[in-house]
Amino acid sequence: MSIRTAAETQAGDVFGPHTVPVARETLVAYADASGDQNPIHQDEDFAKSVGLPDVIAHGMWTMGAAGSAVSRWAGGAGRVVEFGTRFTKPVVVPATGADVVIGGTVKSVDSQTRRAVVDMTVTAGGEKVLGRCVATVQLD
Amino acid sequence: MPVNADFQGRSYPPSGPYAVTAADIAAFASAVGSDDPVHHDPEVARGAGYADVIAPPTFAVTIAQRCDAEYVKDPESGIDYSRVVHGEQRFVHHRPITAGDEILGELTVDSIRSAGGHSMITTRTELTAGGEPVCTSTSTIVVRGGEDA
Repeated sequence: MSIRTAAETQAGDVFGPHTVPVARETLVAYADASGDQNPIHQDEDFAKSVGLPDVIAHGMWTMGAAGSAVSRWAGGAGRVVEFGTRFTKPVVVPATGADVVIGGTVKSVDSQTRRAVVDMTVTAGGEKVLGRCVATVQLD
Repeated sequence: MPVNADFQGRSYPPSGPYAVTAADIAAFASAVGSDDPVHHDPEVARGAGYADVIAPPTFAVTIAQRCDAEYVKDPESGIDYSRVVHGEQRFVHHRPITAGDEILGELTVDSIRSAGGHSMITTRTELTAGGEPVCTSTSTIVVRGGEDA
């Protein structure tokens, strides 16, 4: 994986959209890795009992998947220096799994600091699940 | 019990240390679909200038949430955790979290606001290792109002 350079990057550049599958097993793996064992992310009966349509993904799993996508584009996971989002809608994960679609658009590049600001679009079932999802990445 | 606004501005003594292992990083990276070898291969990580394998950019939340627990689970805070949803999350990384780090986290309750019967609580956790800043993690949780809100 080579590091992207600021010189080769400009506002308006896009990457993706990439489709990322999410299965119930993905959420169990995330729960184990993150320590967030809330049953709404694993147990369909429990999720429905608290008024959710089905199991929902951890918001932080979705943000993490977006982080993986922007890291891959930048050329390294250590390149993400700022990253923020709002969680606007849950990703519903039925027993058959779901797809999250992740893309990014470069908003600006600072040639002095060689940092790029990337606006990310993350959807599931055609609806935005993350709002104001913005990453600042350090390029070479 | 409603959310207790008296906690706004409160800071907690540092919690931890939280030891970060290569296994923690590898499991987290796999779970969020990051195949970057800097998470998995110490040689690649060192070649990229890091001391050891590094964590994905959202890994810091796992430590920040442990730091939050003292506040969120304090009965005096008035937070009913079964009514909590994650509203916003932001990270400012001063350097990547690295295997071998012993992280301390210092929690501050930045703001407690009410809107539409819900409470929005913003907490900030300053993560450090060896006295040096590693990451600032800022989280807003929404405590959904109940029947008695």
